[in-house]
Amino acid sequence: QQIQEDLNKQLFDNLVSFLRQSHSEFQEKTTEWTCRMKSREIPTAALVLGVNVTDHDLTFRSVSEVLQNNITPYIALLEAKDCPGIKNLMQKLMGQLMNCHIDVDSLEDEDYVQVSQNRISCSMTSLINWYETVTKKTDSEALSKKRTSSSRHWQSPPVVVIFKDMESFTTKVLQDFIVISSQHIRELPLVLIFGIATSPMIIHNLLPHSVSSLLCIELFQSLSCKEHLSTIIDKLLLTTQFPFKLGEKVLQVLINIFLYHDFSVQNFIKGFQLCIVEHFYSQPLSVLCCQLVDAKKRINYLSHDQCENIRRLPSFRRYVEGQVSEKQIALLTEDGCLKEVTLKLLEDLNVYHENYVSVLRCLHVFTSSLPKYPLGKQIRELHCACLENRVWETEEYESSIQLARMLNKSDLVTMLQQCVEIFVSSSGKEFDKTVEKLKDFLTQFQKLEAEAFQEQDVSVSSQKELQKKTDLYHLQKTLLELKESRRSKKLTKFEMLRFEVVDYIDSLVRNYLVPADHKTLHEIVYFNTASVLREHLNAAPRIALHTALNNPYCYLKNQALKSGGGSISNKAPDICIVYKLHLECGRLINLVDWLEAFSTVVMAAEGPNADAPSSDQVDDIIHARFIRAVSELELLGFIKPSKQKTDHVARLTWGGC
Amino acid sequence: MSQPEGKGGGALEVKFVPDEEVLKHITDDAGIKVRKDKTQLTVSVKRFVKKLENISDDEAQEILEEKNYVVALGICAQDPVGNGSSVSGGEVYSFQTPKRSSKMAELASELAQTPGQSVAPDHSECPEKTAKTPQSNKRSSSNKAQQRSKNKEFVSTTPYRLRKRLAAPDPYVESESEYSASCSEEEDEEDQKEVSTVLSGPKTPPKTNAASTPLPRNTLAKKVKEDKMSNLVEEYFEAHSSSKVLTSDRTLQKLQKRRLNQQTLHDLLKKAPLAYAAEIKELNQQHESLFSKWMLQLHLGFNIVLYGLGSKRDLLEKFRTSVLKDSVHLVVNGYFPSITVRSILNSITEEVLNHIGTFRSPLDQLEFIIKRFKEDSSLQLYVLIHNLDSQMLRGERSQRILAQLSSLPSIYLIASIDHINAPLMWDQAKLSLYNWLWYETTTFSPYVEETSYENSFLVQQSGSLALSSLTHVLRSLTLNARGIFRLLAQYQLENKDNPSYPGLSFQDFYQQCREAFLVNSDLTLRAQLTEFRDHKLIRTKRGADGVEYLLIPVDDSTLTDFLEKEDEDV
Repeated sequence: QQIQEDLNKQLFDNLVSFLRQSHSEFQEKTTEWTCRMKSREIPTAALVLGVNVTDHDLTFRSVSEVLQNNITPYIALLEAKDCPGIKNLMQKLMGQLMNCHIDVDSLEDEDYVQVSQNRISCSMTSLINWYETVTKKTDSEALSKKRTSSSRHWQSPPVVVIFKDMESFTTKVLQDFIVISSQHIRELPLVLIFGIATSPMIIHNLLPHSVSSLLCIELFQSLSCKEHLSTIIDKLLLTTQFPFKLGEKVLQVLINIFLYHDFSVQNFIKGFQLCIVEHFYSQPLSVLCCQLVDAKKRINYLSHDQCENIRRLPSFRRYVEGQVSEKQIALLTEDGCLKEVTLKLLEDLNVYHENYVSVLRCLHVFTSSLPKYPLGKQIRELHCACLENRVWETEEYESSIQLARMLNKSDLVTMLQQCVEIFVSSSGKEFDKTVEKLKDFLTQFQKLEAEAFQEQDVSVSSQKELQKKTDLYHLQKTLLELKESRRSKKLTKFEMLRFEVVDYIDSLVRNYLVPADHKTLHEIVYFNTASVLREHLNAAPRIALHTALNNPYCYLKNQALKSGGGSISNKAPDICIVYKLHLECGRLINLVDWLEAFSTVVMAAEGPNADAPSSDQVDDIIHARFIRAVSELELLGFIKPSKQKTDHVARLTWGGC
Repeated sequence: MSQPEGKGGGALEVKFVPDEEVLKHITDDAGIKVRKDKTQLTVSVKRFVKKLENISDDEAQEILEEKNYVVALGICAQDPVGNGSSVSGGEVYSFQTPKRSSKMAELASELAQTPGQSVAPDHSECPEKTAKTPQSNKRSSSNKAQQRSKNKEFVSTTPYRLRKRLAAPDPYVESESEYSASCSEEEDEEDQKEVSTVLSGPKTPPKTNAASTPLPRNTLAKKVKEDKMSNLVEEYFEAHSSSKVLTSDRTLQKLQKRRLNQQTLHDLLKKAPLAYAAEIKELNQQHESLFSKWMLQLHLGFNIVLYGLGSKRDLLEKFRTSVLKDSVHLVVNGYFPSITVRSILNSITEEVLNHIGTFRSPLDQLEFIIKRFKEDSSLQLYVLIHNLDSQMLRGERSQRILAQLSSLPSIYLIASIDHINAPLMWDQAKLSLYNWLWYETTTFSPYVEETSYENSFLVQQSGSLALSSLTHVLRSLTLNARGIFRLLAQYQLENKDNPSYPGLSFQDFYQQCREAFLVNSDLTLRAQLTEFRDHKLIRTKRGADGVEYLLIPVDDSTLTDFLEKEDEDV
């Protein structure tokens, strides 16, 4: 199990980084070319990356990798937190540049290590000196060795400085750096890359005109995080490669967190990982959640207990109930028989997934272009809808089919072509027929087109006739005739065909897009406990505290604490009582009053045995308990000591919490 | 139903008063209100409506105060008692739904405070205070009027009031300070108090209170609540805009009870049985069953954060002893008041990595640690942090360092948070570094360790420490110097009842010292004072008139102790 999880995760990360690289690559090439052109000013590339700051790390890493491989060995990545002042910035810059140079040619590392260790005046001039020596050396090396190396790196490779999070740099540092480096641009070909999270306007906000005029800014927009998400969903969920699937609610939770909380693809992946972990941890039958080939082997080794587990699955029970009685007995008593059936069912499930994906894509092709998007724009919305329940019973599906019946021909044809492509590319064997059928539709459309031409000729001729006969009576008559014919004809051939196509798609949907939890053994591969996920990823500590304080019965299952209507009794723990009392007060709380109120409540709760003789002793204990409860509230941040008045505390929350 | 009744009562009273006076009050009120409204532009329209509605009630109240001053004082002052008790009694005992009752109770206390202030004679700005009453709530005056009429009915029936008093200690107490103003009432109060303590039966108060709450009052309460809901926001700003807060002036010192120090507190708490021990144990067992899961998730690169009411220290300790016995781990007691990130990093570099040497900054140190952990993949470290949200660790810098530390794949972090606003410490970048998994572990166990370091204002703290330091320093000084300090201390103690005591002015002090033959010149005294100041024995403050004032920054009880001790020595 463990190994498998790890494998999955690795696959993931690879996928993501690959994704990033692929999109950043094309950007970078363009960046470099354009930057190269203008050398008067400092060429600058501004990368607008969107608000999902957490994902940027990966992007930058891949960017610098790509740059290193293709363009220049001199790259420095700077982060705002490392550079509180210009001096630190220069130090960091020097360090990174020289180190990375060492990586490139490790022959002369001794000199450079010394340089960086001494930390001799980190100024621009020293940087330039260093740069000149380095380039000379590389040049000479390149000349002495071969021309190939110099063709890989240009004659004077630029020094690329990447500012990861431009917004959080202090403006002064940035300005100084830019001004200084612009004076040395002749000697030192410098290229800046700004990472921007908000909008390109920020450059002009941060830098005054005198500074920003020194820059030659080229803007690049990275793909929006939503698109990342859809590609990830595409590659992970809508394939048959990964046996593990997400249930509807879980997917919904993850997407909601993504859309409403952070837009972070990384967090989405984290959630997905958590799902995997949870699934394998909590579901004993998740052993079978693997590639079909492995599953075959594993089924043979299933122990009796595990077989029992299978029998206990609700979906399996449903399946058994649908069988004839002898089969039922066999399934419930013989492990061997059970294993055979399980294998068969798993295979079914696999086939179902294959079909599901391609039909889903096909349906998406149809619905995504409909006006108002009744079934959602993105394929993930469609996916959710299909997982939730029988999609063809929903109103949205109804309306989208209605709309599909009104599509015009060219759209329909292109859609059909797309569907054919999807089905051809999918591995399912059952789709041969479908493909044929669809192709058949296409040819019919073409025929129709041909016919339509002829018809057009006819109509044109009839119109000519109309023009000939100019007298009013005849005109009226012919018009009426035309009208009649149109009404009687009702459906043209095209319309008929369109209906047929839509009906066919409908039948496909009904066949293949059955929601997963109607399938037998879906528990093995689907993870569906959304509450766990929400609890761990999107926790609400305040709510937990509040319920614990307001309604301790939720946690302490004691009858004495139970009382109707979400209220608490006076036997609640001290801190609950103190909390309750403090809710009544305004901004400041008098400790004496509070203490007295508390002791009254506690005395009443303790009953008649708290009588006069021992009252002094009891009072002390109550006092101590009160002190403890109050300091606990202070620790929790509900109150704080106040200097405004003696023996008062200030409330830090407002209202009924 | 109640409202007309109240207004009727008010109208009855008006008849006894000359018309000019009424008019005067109205204009008075209105003038003040207009002034106030100008400052609070946002709600001005509403206020005006309210004002119109309230004027009649208001005047009734004012007239009551002026006309039958002696009689009405008692009744007015009792208003809040009756009024507050009915509602907050429900809060404490019969406990209706928390949301509603809490708001009601808040309102009740508000009501209890406002009229009380207007009655209190020591406030010179009487009209302004009364003008506040309608502002605080639209319903308040009508409510009051109703209450007043009720109270009149019940003045003689002590048992009813008693029950209410029992049920609502809070507002009662708050209004008590006002009673002290009118001596005649006080005795009566005391009587009732005695009776109440005798009568304080175990079960009866909640039941009878609930029974005695009449129906109209409930509906009124509901109305009040609706009203409250709509201007909850307004009232927030209202409450926070006025620097004046209305609470009683009672202090702990008036209470005949000695302050407890840490040790006795601890002992007393040990004596008190822990409530619901069995249930708490069960809760803990539930949490303990998650240990293996935590381990798995820690190893998969997640970090775990625990939240929920109750100390999570024992739980983490148990986790440590049961699961982490054989692995390298580091426990950080975040609640310890002198913990710093640097000390955490130091313990990692020194204890775990066996590195001797210093670092220029925590960032360097962090880099070193990261490097080491990346180089050597066999290194594994579990870090347990109790109270990640404590005072010392909640800073942005320390959180960033900890987050970077926790993002290392071979460092496993498991931490606990308690503060209600703890999640606000982390922005997105830090959250992604921490890679948290949240676990709710409500334990209900008392925060024994965590609060023992908190400088609780209720616990007598630092008394012994300050005292010993005082004597220690003074012992090393000359006799004259000791005398000088003594003089200052005595003077301060003499003035301890004066809350606005600024300290002893330098000139006076010099005069006194001269008279006692302690110094012979201005300069010697100054030199001596400089020495005191260096030892933080005194503080100097420049007053408004430019005169230097000297103050011993120690509380009075410690100072008394010190003087006694000195006397013994001499």
